Amino acid sequence: MSNDSSTLPNVARYSLLGHPSDLEGHLRTVGPLPIPRSIDAQWQASFVRAIHDSGLAGRGGASFPSAIKLAAARADGRTGLIVVNGMEGEPASDKDKVLLSRAPHLVLDGAQLLAAACGADRIVVCIPIGRDAVAAYVARAIAERNAAKTTALTIDIVRPPDRFIAGEESALVQWIESGNSLPTFRPDKSVRLRIGKRSALIHNAETLAHVALIARRGPQAFRRHGMAEDPGTSLVTISGAVTHPGVVEIDRGTPLRDIAELSDPAGPVQAMLVGGYGGSWVGPHHFETPYASIPLRTIGASAGVGIIVVLGAPACGLAETARLARYAASQSSGQCGPCVYGLADLAEDMEKLASGSADTQIMIRLHRRLESIQGRGACRHPDGAVGLVRSALDVFASDLVKHVSGRPCPHHLRPTQLRFPTSVEA
Amino acid sequence: MTLKLLIDPVACDAYGFCAELLPESITLDEWGYPMVDGQALAPQLVAAAKRAARDCPRRAIELREIKRSV
Amino acid sequence: MNSTALWYTTRATGIVALILLTATMFLGLATTNRAKASRWPGYAQQELHRRVSLLAVVFLAIHILTSILDTFVSISWASLIIPFTSSYDRFWVGVGTISVDLMLAVMVSSLLRSHIKPGTWRGLHWLAYFSWPIALAHTFGMGTDAKETWVIALGIACVALVGGGLVWRLRMTAIQKQLRGVVANEARTHLVHNSAARSSSRHV
Repeated sequence: MSNDSSTLPNVARYSLLGHPSDLEGHLRTVGPLPIPRSIDAQWQASFVRAIHDSGLAGRGGASFPSAIKLAAARADGRTGLIVVNGMEGEPASDKDKVLLSRAPHLVLDGAQLLAAACGADRIVVCIPIGRDAVAAYVARAIAERNAAKTTALTIDIVRPPDRFIAGEESALVQWIESGNSLPTFRPDKSVRLRIGKRSALIHNAETLAHVALIARRGPQAFRRHGMAEDPGTSLVTISGAVTHPGVVEIDRGTPLRDIAELSDPAGPVQAMLVGGYGGSWVGPHHFETPYASIPLRTIGASAGVGIIVVLGAPACGLAETARLARYAASQSSGQCGPCVYGLADLAEDMEKLASGSADTQIMIRLHRRLESIQGRGACRHPDGAVGLVRSALDVFASDLVKHVSGRPCPHHLRPTQLRFPTSVEA
Repeated sequence: MTLKLLIDPVACDAYGFCAELLPESITLDEWGYPMVDGQALAPQLVAAAKRAARDCPRRAIELREIKRSV
Repeated sequence: MNSTALWYTTRATGIVALILLTATMFLGLATTNRAKASRWPGYAQQELHRRVSLLAVVFLAIHILTSILDTFVSISWASLIIPFTSSYDRFWVGVGTISVDLMLAVMVSSLLRSHIKPGTWRGLHWLAYFSWPIALAHTFGMGTDAKETWVIALGIACVALVGGGLVWRLRMTAIQKQLRGVVANEARTHLVHNSAARSSSRHV
């Protein structure tokens, strides 16, 4: 966290981080919350326009245009609830924890602004069980706001289970409504998620922080960073074989290599895991790829939830992928056959491959399984695992040849460079 | 009106009746769960598809109209 | 139709209904997912279950009709659905009535299946597990033919069939639950063993 921005021209000044966490400091730094005493349609329209002009896309994984999401919420007429998604189920991600602990008022401002735009009267902040420190910071911020009477809205903190899938939108909504943290089948994404009779607008914590700054500084200040088609800044958690792991704020469009450099890789980089444990591996020939939606998509990757795990040279990419596949299998919500059984079989295949004990049919079987698992769950969890394995077979192709023929690289027995929660029980 | 098959993977419990009734459109994966291609149903298959939807013990199959996207 | 003819019809259709209801229960129990009872297609089994149940209802309807029309004993129309209102053998006819009531719930829920929640349908359908043994009790409680050897043998056969089917069904469900549990647990155990050394670098 001690990066000197003057030596790294691609890194924006920390506008999301390095920010006072108390209400007074927050207001001194960014100014008052620009919501008028009486909210009228004109203000709402200009706010929506500002979000639209900024080009802000969600920072929770889907990169969905926030203006479209907001427009749908407003058109619904029944949006009563703003849900702050602070779940961050991704083991390698810390950005939302950091943001909620160090700049909770930015996040809450964003939620309040959206509430004002939609006519919602309640905000719910979701922080998983086990992250009591983060919850305490947010609780303190809420208390400060209540004392200063910044809002008439109720802001509650809820504590869903700490599982990978618990932050998935439909799972979160179902948990809030019925206590079951299970994704629902949504063939029509346009059908709004409901809690009771009212609709919910759900946003990642970081997205809300950006909303808070766009509302104050205007869309052009946001667009000054990043790329035209993917503007603004993003928080990225860098981990793995690096000397200074941590959360950094970068301009969208910064080349992957430059982002990794911010954390001082410990040696030559074999590959990078980009986007999440359900994201993709990226090989050295693609390290110059800009960190933005379209360039990443062309190499089969995506920014996802904002993580980069650096895989050092003395490591076995296939072994790490096997661990990721096993993790994915363990995090299934257990509702859909292809996910429950498919991911378990996929993990088993990858483990055999990693240890060099695979049979001759493994590649045929793997490809068949990847094909049949994809798109057949209620949520995107199995798709993430499939995409990850596919990228591994591509990026670690040269290792693959050796492993398949029973001569695995010596590194497959090394301890993992990835973080996994010790307990994966709900 | 063109119809397609939509299977709710949460409701599905791999009874496999649908694949028995409509082998032209539904095949079972190695774990016993149905795979559909999401394409329009040929008119001569619609009757069997409706029966498959009706006979599914978990009511996991729906026949949906394919909307033409403009 | 004279009273004796009605009486014989009542008894005969009662026995046949019991047999058909037993067959219905067995076919229903034998239809599980993933573990097929036979080489029959599953949907055919389900269809047979439905048709046999309809046939059972037909015989049951005749059984009830003839018992009411028979003037030798007094069983009113009301006792068709209100238990313990018959003047003749109040208790055991009443037991039969209860069985019919439960069966009606099962039937109506299946007819309205597409309009009710799957959970509701399932709950109501499970009333069959109560309806059948109560029907069996009614058969032997009424006593008319219950002392005949062949009827007793029939009763035992029915119990064996449904009992066997139930045991089989419970086993299949347990195996499936176990399979899913094993898959999930295996995944978790592997995880604990594989993530040996966690990254030593800490951050934020």
